[in-house]
Amino acid sequence: MAVDDRFTRDFRDNDADQPLGTRNEIITGPVSDWSTDFSHLEPEWAADPYVIQDDLRERCPIAHTGRFGGGWLPVRYEDVAAIAYDTEHFSSRSIIMNNFRPPREVAPVGGSPPISSDPPFHHDARKLLLPAFTKAAVSRQQPSTRAYCHSLIDMFEGRDVVDAAADYAQHIPMRVIADMLGYPPEDGPRFREFVENTLEGINLPPEERIARMTKLFDYLVEQVHDHLDNPRDDLTSYLIDAELYGRKLEPSHVVGTLVLLLIAGIDTTWSAIGASLWHLAKNPGDRKRLVAEPGLLPTATEEFLRAYAPVTMARLVKEDMSWRGAAMKAEDWILLSFPAANRDPAQFDRADEVIIDRQANRHAAFGLGIHRCVGSHLARMELRTALEVWLERIPVFTLDDPSAVRWSVGQIRGPRALPLRIR
Amino acid sequence: MKVQINSERCQGHGRCYDLAPGLFGEDEEGFGQVLGDGVVPPGREHEARLAVANCPERAVEIEEP
Repeated sequence: MAVDDRFTRDFRDNDADQPLGTRNEIITGPVSDWSTDFSHLEPEWAADPYVIQDDLRERCPIAHTGRFGGGWLPVRYEDVAAIAYDTEHFSSRSIIMNNFRPPREVAPVGGSPPISSDPPFHHDARKLLLPAFTKAAVSRQQPSTRAYCHSLIDMFEGRDVVDAAADYAQHIPMRVIADMLGYPPEDGPRFREFVENTLEGINLPPEERIARMTKLFDYLVEQVHDHLDNPRDDLTSYLIDAELYGRKLEPSHVVGTLVLLLIAGIDTTWSAIGASLWHLAKNPGDRKRLVAEPGLLPTATEEFLRAYAPVTMARLVKEDMSWRGAAMKAEDWILLSFPAANRDPAQFDRADEVIIDRQANRHAAFGLGIHRCVGSHLARMELRTALEVWLERIPVFTLDDPSAVRWSVGQIRGPRALPLRIR
Repeated sequence: MKVQINSERCQGHGRCYDLAPGLFGEDEEGFGQVLGDGVVPPGREHEARLAVANCPERAVEIEEP
């Protein structure tokens, strides 16, 4: 058998030949006007983005900022959907709005295919992943997820107050994705660091961001080597063996997709579980109803996903154009807020209310169009299981100290500290 | 009443086979599929309407006679 030498030398050395991409001046500090100077990294946005988005929807449905080298923020469902569907004018080459734009040459593959990919490559890279993430495939993880949720709650024994974000929500997606990728479960705390480095700290100096990303790449390359030596039935070995266009994947594709699978599934689901528990801690009526009617949980989780959608994506404008009245320039960012779309009263009745038995719910929490979250069935399984087990074991709980609740900063929104009184 | 899926629009969100498993299933990539000929048996009309009302891509369609 031929030795797989794709990973024997550091494939990232090739990067030296690549164009560099562009950096812009980093601008931080209080926002003067949300319609002309928005920033999703300021504390006001982290504390409550919805009042800002609701206000913008009334007076300026597509906000602008000069920060991050220039960008736009649509807040109407209609505009968010149109951009999600329009891959001709908007690229997914970078999906985290920050102060660095990768070179145009990285399209249509991007750094972490398929989320960073554009058509036509996107379709083929995504097709490789879909079978592993169908509802039927992820349901195989359900019994172990349930058992793991129980084991986390077992550890609350004797405690009156627990941090539902740090002691519960966080661990569930970390364990599930570690199992699927075939990594040691005890590496969870490292995953947390990788996630924070990738999705938070956006305004840190680029050198520091690169150094932090290198740690993640090094970890994954190490895991790939371990899988080359000991192939097994998991997603890492699957990607190492996968073929596209009659040949094995480029090493950068393998590792880029592993970055995506490791990062994208963790704090998104962690956020959704945490935000749902936060809502139930604050709203005893909804909590009691779900305890009494567990059959309503799937409907309620969709409403939590609508109202507290954790994920905002980004796009880059391909060419100068006037788009629905906005004078967009090539390389401008679009902050694609699915959370804002989900609260548009033109799309949803009583959009600002959480109605746990909402019957018609075409929410966009998992995106719209060709980039629909590939892990949505997995996320739903984890979210439903986590809430079901929690409500079964801890039917009565309240916020211990509302001022101690801390929300994440950046494109993924959820509670990072959530002290709950459980007895 | 008959249901159909517009496969140009379907992105595999899976709301249809989640909410109306008697009418829809998933293919090996997670895209929605109509089970059988799509004719909605009596008593399942509500499920069919739920699938329509919850498809984010508006890919599920109902044909009323």
